[in-house]
Amino acid sequence: MPGPQPVEQTKVTAVPAQPAPLLRTSSGEIPDRVFKSAMTACGLAVLAVLGLIIYELVQRSGLSWHAFGFKFFAASEWDPVNEHFGALPFIFGTLVSSLLALLIAVPLAVGVAVFTTEMCPKVFRGPLSFFVELLAAIPSVIYGLWAIFVLVPILSRYIQPFLQKTLGWTHLFDGPPFGYSMLAAGVILAIMIIPIISSITREVLMVVPQHQREAVLALGATRWEMIRIGVLRNARAGIVGGIILGLGRALGETMAVTMVIGNRPEIAKSLFAPGYTMASVLANEFSEATGDVYLSALVEIGLALFFVTVVVNALAQLLVWTVTRGQPARGSA
Amino acid sequence: MTGVAILTVVIVLAPLVAIFGYLLYRGVGSMNWAFFTETPKPVGEQGGGMANAIVGSIVILGIASLIGVPFGVGAGIYLAEFGRNRLGKAIRFTADVLNGVPSIVIGIVAYAIVVLYQKHFSALAGGVALAIMMVPTISRTTEEMLLLVPQSLREAAYGLGVPYWRTTLSITLRTATSGVITGIMLAFARVAGETAPLLFTAFGNQYWNLRADQPTAALPLQIYVYANSPYDDWHRQAWAGSLVLIILIVTAIAAVRYAVRRGSFGTA
Repeated sequence: MPGPQPVEQTKVTAVPAQPAPLLRTSSGEIPDRVFKSAMTACGLAVLAVLGLIIYELVQRSGLSWHAFGFKFFAASEWDPVNEHFGALPFIFGTLVSSLLALLIAVPLAVGVAVFTTEMCPKVFRGPLSFFVELLAAIPSVIYGLWAIFVLVPILSRYIQPFLQKTLGWTHLFDGPPFGYSMLAAGVILAIMIIPIISSITREVLMVVPQHQREAVLALGATRWEMIRIGVLRNARAGIVGGIILGLGRALGETMAVTMVIGNRPEIAKSLFAPGYTMASVLANEFSEATGDVYLSALVEIGLALFFVTVVVNALAQLLVWTVTRGQPARGSA
Repeated sequence: MTGVAILTVVIVLAPLVAIFGYLLYRGVGSMNWAFFTETPKPVGEQGGGMANAIVGSIVILGIASLIGVPFGVGAGIYLAEFGRNRLGKAIRFTADVLNGVPSIVIGIVAYAIVVLYQKHFSALAGGVALAIMMVPTISRTTEEMLLLVPQSLREAAYGLGVPYWRTTLSITLRTATSGVITGIMLAFARVAGETAPLLFTAFGNQYWNLRADQPTAALPLQIYVYANSPYDDWHRQAWAGSLVLIILIVTAIAAVRYAVRRGSFGTA
């Protein structure tokens, strides 16, 4: 009897962390490790996909890069037959259509956001933002279909003649009002990016503290002055972020634009003239591209589009974060 | 000023009403039995339908979900449970970047990695393109939903000696099921109407095809081709197709919501 007792005692003192195996039994440890590595692999797959995108785009555009260099982005000739490729008309088309869309969408989207957060009776708030976000759920190709059969006829019959009559002196609205034009692309893009801009603006406006509004009102401001000084100024960075996010979407938008812009690689001054965007030239010509240089030139356009949208989106993320993380730009009011 | 704000709301809602109204008006009038049972007729002939495109879309979306959902949820679990480090930050940022990549660029990449190796267009390539688009949305929403699960619930499970992986799968993920599924269906609804990445991956097909390694018709592709055609009968079918596509998206969302509500204790 006295023999085994000291042995047991030494056992206990030798292994003080006895409860540990209860939590991590030998049967639990290996599955845990397998589980963690499996989940890590899924996470790494996200990185791998981005790496793959960059690798494929860079590698497959090499031929065109070697042939044309930087001139690719400055030349405006697009001649697949003689293999002369310049991307300028597409860059021009993408920029002009997106900026036109912003010009139309921003005032409307901010207006809607201000209305829903500051003026709208609470009962309508939910349904209203739901309806606006419903616009975001409609596939791009359906926007395009609607634009072909409804928007383009309305533009060519009513809006284009009206613009020509009133603003013809700017020469921005020269040429025959065919409907299929840079203008049509800008309008349909505006309709598509309004939900993004307005939902982000709404989020940002809701972060503006209530006492900010009350303070401005207490100084004798009208409701409009209160919104302008107390709300919009504080939320400026976030609203700009939302606008840039909308720009990112507009730059990469393909189907609806391709269906109404007219698809002609020309740089025209008039908004009534047809244009072509980087995304739509890919949509139209990629599957039919014959010849390695042709295909490579198209991939290079894809690479440029990828690069621009990534930069634009990163910038927008940054701006939205500065506001919604509860650090409104102080001193700007 | 209130008047101006109300005016903007009216201007914004007008296209929405116009699009849905016109879609219903043209779509309902254009649907018939042949649309759901027949394949497209040759150019110039009246009639025919989009049966193969509807099935093709389901096949492509099925492939996309099979690839995209496990990877997306897995990445989300990684971010929520193990991702409080620099790698996690990098993955989070990358997912947000991927979310903003234009869908047509994703199409190019799917073309390069699948079509060029298979030597022809295929449903698989289309599925891969859409899966790449699903992953960022699914992983970020899964992460957010898992982080909402109270820490005490995890601790209770450890306290009972449940291993970490079982805790994550049967306690944490299970509690967050409805939120995770909401994220999945958001991603699904987003890619269901995508056309651009399918143009040179799935490519489209005039005939029946159920093989994953062959060019396959898809509803959005068919709508695109028919919308740009000069034939009235094809325009009619494009509207019918659009209505079917919208209904497909909405019912997918509704069905999953219903299943979630019945299947688990948490409601969306």
